[in-house]
Amino acid sequence: MRDLLRGMSLGYAVLAATAVTYVTVYTVNLGRFPTTFDYLSILNTTLPLVFVAIGQSLVVLTGGIDLSVGGIVSLCVAVTATRVTGEGAGPFLWILVVLALGAACGAVNGLIVAKGRIAPILTTLATLSIFTGLALRVLPVPGGSVPQGVRMLLSNPNVPTGLIWLGAAVAGWLVLRRTRFGMRIYAVGSDETSARAVGVPTAAVKLGVYALSGLCSALAAVFYVSTTTAGDANAGAPFILTSIASVVVGGVAFSGGRGSALGAVAGAVALALVIDVLFFAGIDPLYQALFQGLFLVVAVLLGTVAALATRRRRADV
Amino acid sequence: MTQGTPSVAPTRSATEVLAVRASGVDRAFGGVQALRDASFAARPGEIHALAGENGAGKSTLIKVLCGLISADRGTVEIFGQAVRRVVEPAARRRLGVATAFQELSLLPDLTVAENLLLHDPPRGRLGLVRRGRLAPVADGILRRYGVDYVDSRTVTADLSVAHRQVVELVRVLATEPKVVILDEPTAALPAEQVRWLAGHMRRLRDAGCCVIFTSHRWREIEDLADRVTVFRNGTRVATRDRLSEAEAVTLMSGRSFAGAYPDVTAIARGDSALRVDDLAGGRLRGVSFDLRRGEILGVGGLAGQGQRDLFLTLFGARRAAAGAVSVGGEAVTIRRPKDAIRAGLGIAYVPEDRKAEGLFLPLSIRDNIALATLSRRSSYGFVARGAERSAVSSIAAQLRIGGGRATSQAVGTLSGGNQQKVVMARWLLTEADVLLLYDVTRGVDAATKHDIYELVAELAGRGKAILFHSSETEEIANLCHRVLVLREGRIAAELPGPVGDAERIVAASIKEAPDA
Repeated sequence: MRDLLRGMSLGYAVLAATAVTYVTVYTVNLGRFPTTFDYLSILNTTLPLVFVAIGQSLVVLTGGIDLSVGGIVSLCVAVTATRVTGEGAGPFLWILVVLALGAACGAVNGLIVAKGRIAPILTTLATLSIFTGLALRVLPVPGGSVPQGVRMLLSNPNVPTGLIWLGAAVAGWLVLRRTRFGMRIYAVGSDETSARAVGVPTAAVKLGVYALSGLCSALAAVFYVSTTTAGDANAGAPFILTSIASVVVGGVAFSGGRGSALGAVAGAVALALVIDVLFFAGIDPLYQALFQGLFLVVAVLLGTVAALATRRRRADV
Repeated sequence: MTQGTPSVAPTRSATEVLAVRASGVDRAFGGVQALRDASFAARPGEIHALAGENGAGKSTLIKVLCGLISADRGTVEIFGQAVRRVVEPAARRRLGVATAFQELSLLPDLTVAENLLLHDPPRGRLGLVRRGRLAPVADGILRRYGVDYVDSRTVTADLSVAHRQVVELVRVLATEPKVVILDEPTAALPAEQVRWLAGHMRRLRDAGCCVIFTSHRWREIEDLADRVTVFRNGTRVATRDRLSEAEAVTLMSGRSFAGAYPDVTAIARGDSALRVDDLAGGRLRGVSFDLRRGEILGVGGLAGQGQRDLFLTLFGARRAAAGAVSVGGEAVTIRRPKDAIRAGLGIAYVPEDRKAEGLFLPLSIRDNIALATLSRRSSYGFVARGAERSAVSSIAAQLRIGGGRATSQAVGTLSGGNQQKVVMARWLLTEADVLLLYDVTRGVDAATKHDIYELVAELAGRGKAILFHSSETEEIANLCHRVLVLREGRIAAELPGPVGDAERIVAASIKEAPDA
């Protein structure tokens, strides 16, 4: 339980506040409470961001950043939309191929960062362009489709299958946290030099988190196509900023070593809710980015103030 | 700094197998040659001290010995096995070398338990880490080494430097290695923990382990070491069974010193510069004193009795809960460092932990020195570089920083002692009249320490008021006009100085203490 609370109070608090606002705005506008259908649609549209945010948080926990999530999502969306077709086992095998592709893209990032000693922000900025370019090659114009079977399993609009996948993602993190690799992620982010000095294989850890981030982006892509039932080679672009925002709102320290992917999950859901709040409040979608940015700044400011207050209280004991 | 007969133990019968052997080792960092044809040998079952000034190459040698970095040239053997750079923790453990580094290698955001069990956490079904078992197992390890005052659930960054050092040492001891290397293990430790560590070092030696350590406190080398190897400029200059302090200092520095401490009794004391009434906050429970110009006021006592909070509060780095401060007779409110710098005569604070609290390693010496006084030499936001250069050069020359090297050099390339001088130079440039010197000689070599003592005395002679704390009680005993002994956040005793004998301060620190 201590695990759940540690370093992620900000994400929880923001999620709770946003959820209350959502229910209030919805009820005031439509004169009734949100229905199961509303919750399901939120869940299904949020899942891709949840996955990307988990991957991003792993990278940020090691003190890095992954801008290429946008490119990997785009590439994987393109491949999913064009290849995951037909009946039977075929589409599911292709999903596995897509996941492997995402992990491989991430591993490329990891190799360049860990072995080439190139700053994560430069590395992933470059690979972002490369992966996006490849996505355009695979799917020059938006299109494609997804088999009904896949859709029913991943983002069924009537049955909460999404809940299972959300649960799986959270469980995945909790398991990861309980591996030696999980401990080492924090070690690397806390102080890389010291980690190396006490024998943490820092290069392997970095390779691992970038590969996992790639895998998460691939998962996000599959869910994205399943929900929207079509592909677009630019689908990944928005995920760059929103995943970083989720991580920040989720209370993961940008310097690394502190925070939790669960916080990022809470941050991602909160961020998605903000869009719905804006919609029901009747605000022009043109201003969506502006309000999301404001939300981000306010949430982080509140978090900083709260952290300062705790530190002061602790120092005075 | 006793000059009596050294109590170095006699050499034990020569063993055929060497525990550690390095020969012809070269290692450069950028343009700096840290090791030059260095050689070193240590036997199993001995405590071997590695002595030398900052920058003599001790830390680099240690990193090569334990496989953290590779040598450019030369060979290193552990029990006859050649060592190359090893990263894998398992491979390191097989090598049997465990090292406590000078720059603490604990991970600040992890708990003590996670740090101790990073490589071998308790695991349950499916090989998953049992996080609930981490703390009990780690507590067990700490208890086994007699450490019951550290809670393994604590996030490491929240521990005091001394406790962090203790945990770091337990981490090393707990691997039960064949070769233990301790780089400056006692620099951050109070006397009691130094005795604790000495006990463990002797136990390991008697069990046939090879214990290598470095220290800038000669008394510890005399007490503990069976043999001493002296390094200078990246090369071994001597290995001896017995060595007097005077000889060692000469070997280490190539120069000799007369009289370790300057005479401070002749310095004239003036008006009140810093008056503190009932200051409280953090561990401070009400401290009052009056510090006059030209006075060096020592703050002593056991570690963690509020010394750090006193300095930080006076500098505005933490808020006071109660109490009044006046500077040069004027009441001031200090909420942040800026207030302290501007208060009346000006207050400057030189911290112990240079890297965390004072220096920007990639920046040049000049930028680091000029940092606190930028606004004085700038107009409309532009810095007058010419004025800055001349101000910095004169103070750098005065303190003999970097042996007269160019001030455009990055501070990171300097030795620890020189880095400490850079921090002092920065605050001297502010021309503050009240100087808070907090353990400024920590981890600094003998020659630089000597320079710092002279500098402190000279500053007092120029009418500065100096509040001085050191983890080496001997310095407080010899350098201060008056000594305040803190206990549990209060002044337990005030001794007129120079006290001369550190034991008197130690006695006052523990007298009537509840569990002493």
